[in-house]
Amino acid sequence: MAHAIADSIDSPHSVSRGRAAQVIGTLCWREWVRFVRQKNRVFGAIGQPAIFWVLFGAGLGPTFRLPEEQAASLSYREYFFPGTVILILLFTAIFTTISVIEDRREGFLQSVLVAPISRWSMVLGKLVGGGTIALAQGLVFLLIGMTFGLRFTLLSLVLSVVFLAIAALALTALGFVFAWRTDSTQGYHALMSVVLFPMWLLSGAFFPAASGWLAWVLAINPLTYVVAGFRRLLYVGVDHPPLPAELPSMATCWTVSLLFAAITFGLSVYVAGRPSSGNLS
Amino acid sequence: MNADPAIDVRNVTFHYGQRRALNNVSFDVRTGEFFALVGPNGGGKTTLFRLLSTLVPLQQGEVEMLGFEARDHAGEIRARLGVVFQAPSVDQKLTVRENLHHQGHLYGLGGHELRQREEEMLAELGLSQRANELVEKLSGGLRRRVELAKGMLHRPQVLLLDEPSTGLDPGARNDLWAFLERLRQSDGITILLTTHLLDEAGRADRVAIIDEGALVALDTPDSLKATVGGDTITIETDDPRSLAADIKERFDLAGTVIGDSVRLERPDAHRWITELVEAFPGRIRAITLGKPTLEDVFIARTGHRFWADGAALDDSDARSTIVS
Repeated sequence: MAHAIADSIDSPHSVSRGRAAQVIGTLCWREWVRFVRQKNRVFGAIGQPAIFWVLFGAGLGPTFRLPEEQAASLSYREYFFPGTVILILLFTAIFTTISVIEDRREGFLQSVLVAPISRWSMVLGKLVGGGTIALAQGLVFLLIGMTFGLRFTLLSLVLSVVFLAIAALALTALGFVFAWRTDSTQGYHALMSVVLFPMWLLSGAFFPAASGWLAWVLAINPLTYVVAGFRRLLYVGVDHPPLPAELPSMATCWTVSLLFAAITFGLSVYVAGRPSSGNLS
Repeated sequence: MNADPAIDVRNVTFHYGQRRALNNVSFDVRTGEFFALVGPNGGGKTTLFRLLSTLVPLQQGEVEMLGFEARDHAGEIRARLGVVFQAPSVDQKLTVRENLHHQGHLYGLGGHELRQREEEMLAELGLSQRANELVEKLSGGLRRRVELAKGMLHRPQVLLLDEPSTGLDPGARNDLWAFLERLRQSDGITILLTTHLLDEAGRADRVAIIDEGALVALDTPDSLKATVGGDTITIETDDPRSLAADIKERFDLAGTVIGDSVRLERPDAHRWITELVEAFPGRIRAITLGKPTLEDVFIARTGHRFWADGAALDDSDARSTIVS
């Protein structure tokens, strides 16, 4: 290209591009700064699931019975705990991906879209930012659970953190795909109520299902395997863990969760690379 | 200064669904030039701006910037391009300095070089004192300066600005133009801006007028003004339509009705003043003589086009109200 000469050393202009790690780092850091400066988001994402956990635990506890004898000792509060952590991940993922819509409306996104960066690094910056915030909130609740008498082995904790990180990335990517295609926060809230929240409700987080159509819905819902995997990991190293018999195997849970994260990430990059009418408003 | 154009737009046509926003637009911007794209809102200049900024992909036609085809080498162009959008692109929840810092990272700057560049831009735009304040706490004029600092941080070769003076008071507007002029002198940067303010466009080296998706004029402001048939006479009256018709009948002069006035262009305009006042006693509230402005150019260009289509005075009236 003849004009590349214009970029010679004595030119007052510089030509450089954001390297992927730098772009991911800077966009991720931005998410954290924004999160910390909007303190109500912290309460929103942890508060509601925590209230659910305490109230449903108290209200449904006396009538809750798993059908199996071996799981008979499981209290509802304990049964509901893994689902609550996943709900916190989901809520945080939703709150952080709403910022995609805000970024677009406030104009910030435009300047990112015309920067010399690859689209996947932009997406990953957003997802790592949102995902780590979600993970941190989930871990905070894990600590709260410990103060309520839940006990985990060290190995179980380490594996849980890795597993929850994958889950957080998958849920943030899922939120991103919806947020990118939505042009208003109201529209996104509707999607959240109709798609994302029911998805959690039908994941075995709230109640188990061993037979009937509910069992089928649970079986095709990827979130079922996320909740089940985390539920299993909580009892790593425990003899006779109080687990429902129909729970998918650990290997299945890891596989589905990793696939879930890979597919939602792929979808995020795909939708972000397509010209969106939203970019024009 | 480079002889090759910095921006070369060839036969660009763009549709939003069925609606055609740009129709076969071609022009070039020379390296180091200060170029203004003017036209009424909705005329197509924002679409053109989005294409030039690589925000939306080309449909028909080609854009070449700094020797790179936009269709295949958007990345090369982006690295050399500074963009200041009309909508604010700063993150309000971050401080001024944080905004610049993130922007620098997106353009591959880092470490000492980035910090130094941040200080330079903060000082240049008079933002040093406010560097650690959240952008949401700043006034509109200061936010616009942050936008400029963001757009210039990576030392682009071409700077695109979409309606940069929107929301600025006249003083701040002057500062902005002085800053852009300084940039051009010191960095040899090519500047393209869009504006709907015709008097502002007159300060550029060359002006392209876009109306209804088509390029209707392109030249230096002086040359464009020289194409208008002479000085302009503006007659304020209570019934401009009938007065225009009577002038046409009596003197065979074609006038344009704009709001509550009739506008005429004549090489010997000053001679017509007394003539007109005597011919229509009591019907003229005020009559003024003026040098042609870019507004006159716009009216002349778009007006002629309508007459060429066989449309009546009514249509030119409707067009003119957009700029008046």
